Amino acid sequence: MARSVMSEIKKDHIHRLLARGKRVDGRNWDEFREITIQTNFTETAEGSARVKLGNTDVLVGVKMETGIPFPDTPDKGVLATNAELIPLASPTFEPGPPDENAIELARVVDRGIRESEMIDLDALCIVPNEEVWICFVDIYVLDYDGNLFDASFLGAVAALKSTIVPASRYGKGEDFKLPIRCLPMSVTAVQIENSILVDPTLDEEKVAAARLTVTTDENGDIRAMQKGLKGSLTVDQIKKIIETSQRLGKELRKLVG
Amino acid sequence: MRLIDENGLRIDGRKVDELRPIRIEAGVLKRADGSAYVEWGKNKVIAAVYGPRECHPRHLQDPSKALVQCRYNMIAFSVMERKRPGPDRRSVEISKIIAEALEYVIFTEYFPRTSIDVYIEILQANAGTRCAGLTAASVALADAGVPMKDLVPAVAVGKVDNQVVLDLTKEEDNHGQADLPMAIIPRTGEVLLMQMDGHMTVEEFNKAIDLGYKACEKIYQLQKDALRRRYAVEEIETFEEAQHPQTAMEE
Amino acid sequence: MWKRRSSSELQVIDHYQNRMKARHENMKEGERDFNKDKESLVKPVREIVVPGDLLDSGKLKPGDGTYLSNGKIYASQLGIKSIKSNFVNVIPLGGPYIPSPGDSVIGKIVDIGPSNWLVDINSPYPAPLHVTEVPWKVEFGDTARYLNIGDTILAKVLLVDETKRVQVTMKEQGLRKLQGGQIIDISHSKVPRVIGKGGSMIQMIKSYTNCRIFVGQNGRIWLDGDIENIVYAIRAIKMIEEGAQTLRLTERVKEYLESMTRSGLNGKQQ
Repeated sequence: MARSVMSEIKKDHIHRLLARGKRVDGRNWDEFREITIQTNFTETAEGSARVKLGNTDVLVGVKMETGIPFPDTPDKGVLATNAELIPLASPTFEPGPPDENAIELARVVDRGIRESEMIDLDALCIVPNEEVWICFVDIYVLDYDGNLFDASFLGAVAALKSTIVPASRYGKGEDFKLPIRCLPMSVTAVQIENSILVDPTLDEEKVAAARLTVTTDENGDIRAMQKGLKGSLTVDQIKKIIETSQRLGKELRKLVG
Repeated sequence: MRLIDENGLRIDGRKVDELRPIRIEAGVLKRADGSAYVEWGKNKVIAAVYGPRECHPRHLQDPSKALVQCRYNMIAFSVMERKRPGPDRRSVEISKIIAEALEYVIFTEYFPRTSIDVYIEILQANAGTRCAGLTAASVALADAGVPMKDLVPAVAVGKVDNQVVLDLTKEEDNHGQADLPMAIIPRTGEVLLMQMDGHMTVEEFNKAIDLGYKACEKIYQLQKDALRRRYAVEEIETFEEAQHPQTAMEE
Repeated sequence: MWKRRSSSELQVIDHYQNRMKARHENMKEGERDFNKDKESLVKPVREIVVPGDLLDSGKLKPGDGTYLSNGKIYASQLGIKSIKSNFVNVIPLGGPYIPSPGDSVIGKIVDIGPSNWLVDINSPYPAPLHVTEVPWKVEFGDTARYLNIGDTILAKVLLVDETKRVQVTMKEQGLRKLQGGQIIDISHSKVPRVIGKGGSMIQMIKSYTNCRIFVGQNGRIWLDGDIENIVYAIRAIKMIEEGAQTLRLTERVKEYLESMTRSGLNGKQQ
């Protein structure tokens, strides 16, 4: 518990800087931290990407297996997303099965990929009703300094884009690139005393009242959203974050390009 | 399947007493108190240390020394066949023996009632991950400033095509006849971790630990180099300043 | 409860006593340094050592960050080797802050009881602060009215017992609750560097930024002043902490502060 108490002085400092339109690390309100993406980090994965977003560090891998389709989608492949907040990444992460934070993270990433129809799941059907490709996206947080949503999403998109389906290993013909239809991008912002800040650091997340993640596609259409934390957002704030997500999504997409 | 050719070379071109290429980097994570990254052939391993810190849950606290806890984990896509996340019996066992090996070198009595937590994540596996993990963990401990007797290098020796060979790859391990992971303190020769499975004569075992000791000596140097490299710039001018720790408070 | 001590425990106690002795010697040496008694200075050996490195095999005595084995002295910590008054020490380059009585520290209240507070002082051990050790008269159960969770205090380490149980006090002049400004954490091993020789580094930061700065021996720093200047001072301290290109560190920090305070808002004040 002692590990998570934030000092009042630190909170006040963030607020006072914000009152002057400034952030602790000197960024603009709509500025991401430095991003590096390293694809094909793990050879044993069918696709992988390590994303550093400032001091946040996330490794995402894709494994493909064959399996039985869901009865309601007998001719579609399956997407399964999982996130692990391993204790290596932060003094506040505990060993054990995914907690509510890890599950929320996995589901928000999953939703963005699924709803944008990024993966052509029809092309992952081997025999309708019998056998399809299952696409496992596993997210591992290695270093935690805020905004896991965007780091993980960027990692998932980059990993999926680099994925080769190992069909020959399963005796299902030749290997092929995972069929990708579009590149959705997620942008997360927090509200602190009615200021909106994109790509919050851990300290900013700790003082934030509310958080909103908006996932948009290449047309700028909204494909997934998630509001989090215990405070509220006004409709105007939400609209501002959507507009920002569309604009910054274009820039982020170039990194995966 | 032949794993050693007529010239005594292995599938990856190594001699029987040759290590895979090893690269060690200290201090790779921001949040952890200490960390290290090891690339060992096709293994990729990251280790982090937190502590000494207040021990939770409290009933595990030892009033005479720090508790050394270790969690060795293989990530889902570190192997060809996706591994379901979470501990299995193998990882629990490996975590236990690594924690025991590390506990021996740490001056745990300096930090009663605390825990020192060691986390090892195997990001990509190709045989020998427990040895790479322990090698990384001891560098991470030193990086965290934990007082300890020595670093602990580790390596696996095995038997392949009726020959004793050093540092098996996955292919050699799968088709080999024996596997003998070991960790030592090179200076004293003390053995801190040893397991063995397969079939070996006593003569072969003797030969195997000989190979292991020599290899650990090399790995030990790589561990030290990694730590020195991390602080190489510190050597230049901080010394004088470090000599005045008394007047810490100023207004 | 009295326990018979095993031989290994006795070794530890020996070692601990040696450490205390070494610390004492160092302190005296430190005072002499301060008096510019240059003659007595042993030429510094700037050598990074790692646990297990042999430091000496005969003449010297084991000091901080070392251990004795078969008559030889080895490093037990990553740090810089230093020899003073026949003691060989390792000045750590990292590691946890271990409180010593008399240390000035900056603490954060993390829990409250009816007659005490629990203070995080950036060490493995949270330190209780009893109502008898504060400058106010606090009724039983009324603790939260004076110090609340998340508050920051300037305190002193009162005592550390054998099992490392720590108590802190605020009953000394200057010790108080801190308000406003900003708090940053650095590795406690970098504290001497932030302070600089004879306080030169911290003095330079203060004079350029007009900030009040407290440096706790536990690696926690409190800064107060104009908010823009606080930001510059923090960046200067981070430069020192990261310490790349250490050779010209003082000059680089000076250049940075000069450029910021000249171009910054407070340039007008100068």
